[in-house]
Amino acid sequence: MRITRDFDAAEECVQDAFAKALASWGQQGIPVNPGAWLTTVARRRAIDLGRRHDVAIRSQRLLVTDATMPERDPSSAIEDDRLRLIFTCCHPSLATDTQVALALRMLCGLSTVEVAKAFLVKESAMAARLTRAKKKISIARIPYRVPERSELRTRIDAVLLVIHLLFTTGHTSPVGEELSQVDLVERSLDLARMLHGLLPDDGEVAGLLALILLTDSRRGARISAEGEFLALADQDRSTWHRDSIDEGLALVGEALRRGRPGPFTLMAAIAAVHSSAPHWDETDWGEIVGLYDLLIATWPSPVVALNRAVALSFAEGPGVGLRALDDLGAEPQLSAYPYLAAARANCLVRLDRLEEARDAFAEAAMLTENVVERAYLHSRIEELNDTLGAEPGLGLL
Amino acid sequence: MTQYLVLIYENEQSWADADESTYGRIHAEHNSFGEKNGASLRGGNALESTMTATSLRRNSSGEIVATDGPFAETKEALGGYYVIEADDLDAALAVAKQVPAHFGGVEVRPIREMN
Repeated sequence: MRITRDFDAAEECVQDAFAKALASWGQQGIPVNPGAWLTTVARRRAIDLGRRHDVAIRSQRLLVTDATMPERDPSSAIEDDRLRLIFTCCHPSLATDTQVALALRMLCGLSTVEVAKAFLVKESAMAARLTRAKKKISIARIPYRVPERSELRTRIDAVLLVIHLLFTTGHTSPVGEELSQVDLVERSLDLARMLHGLLPDDGEVAGLLALILLTDSRRGARISAEGEFLALADQDRSTWHRDSIDEGLALVGEALRRGRPGPFTLMAAIAAVHSSAPHWDETDWGEIVGLYDLLIATWPSPVVALNRAVALSFAEGPGVGLRALDDLGAEPQLSAYPYLAAARANCLVRLDRLEEARDAFAEAAMLTENVVERAYLHSRIEELNDTLGAEPGLGLL
Repeated sequence: MTQYLVLIYENEQSWADADESTYGRIHAEHNSFGEKNGASLRGGNALESTMTATSLRRNSSGEIVATDGPFAETKEALGGYYVIEADDLDAALAVAKQVPAHFGGVEVRPIREMN
């Protein structure tokens, strides 16, 4: 049952690239070649993850011991202040990275040193970036207020993206002793919850809160007793956090009832299908494929199409999935994308075409720039070598 | 109140390729933009194409040398500007969004206050 491991890793990187795409495209417009852009970002993201792993433990300690986090004040005046502040920090005239850095500094109360660590840059560089941002806010007069209703819809998107980036930064982390930066996750959850409390009628706000709750409900199950990363298929679902799931499912339902769902609601709905399955084998893959169809319609991207193809391989079998993946192989944007090769490899293993699977894993290993991922892919190649050597033709399952 | 310069950057080739009715339509759009935002407008002009531009730079010996062409060669060139006055950036952006710039876009810059 290890076939889905790459899928999980791919999905997480994809979600990241996706979030970045939304963030950057919202600001700079959709690039001429969005697919290639997404691929580049996903690759950079993979490198980032590799690097981040090295400092994750250090960052973690600093983030957790942070004492400057403002106390949660129940009074609505303070809440309104925080809402105004988040709209200032997430103003589209600031670069996405800067928005996240400002949010960490201003809303989560991290020190400049801590923000610098989270971004893996020198303190002086982060201090300069924050200073420039504050200067821009002041000179260009970026307002400190909740935008008018006509602007609110587009402005909320930027806020949601920043919260989602905070979450994925905390949640997505390669294999290791510390799988996630729990503190960042909790702060993103806190912000999403606050936003939902203040804008209870917004479907995408509910969608994001649900996405965070549902994804984070598996936090404790993502790592084995031996400290090994566990894919969705291998997790002990009884350890999933029930309260978070219940709250998340209710929110997804609420968001879906609001009419045409946005990307966060759709991603939350996909997470909800997993949360609702008592066991991996009972996953409603048909539903997941349908949700990916809607997601592609909202945000057409070859990377989302890749995820859809993987879901299709579970819904209708590895042969169908492989054909969908091979169709994507014609996309020049995905030609250097390691997760396409890895997804093909997994379908080929399930089809018992082990030699081709080995070649595809080797291709993925060659394409990935992430050390941790490459090590994992090499271990899969080794497994196939053993199987092919000892008992030719015998499947891994 | 802060003054902002709205720089209109557009693809000159697209301008050159446009027909008379397009020019007429865009001209009318600028007029209606001006009427609608008269309260915020402090000035504005259209520029002749970069073909007519002359740039002055200092060379390595410190002499000012004139060269043909715009300061920076880009596909989208500065083709005009408006000066607007607004309470804050959002208000300025709300006006700048209405500026007709079919062959490109606009850049909004606060004008530095000199005391």
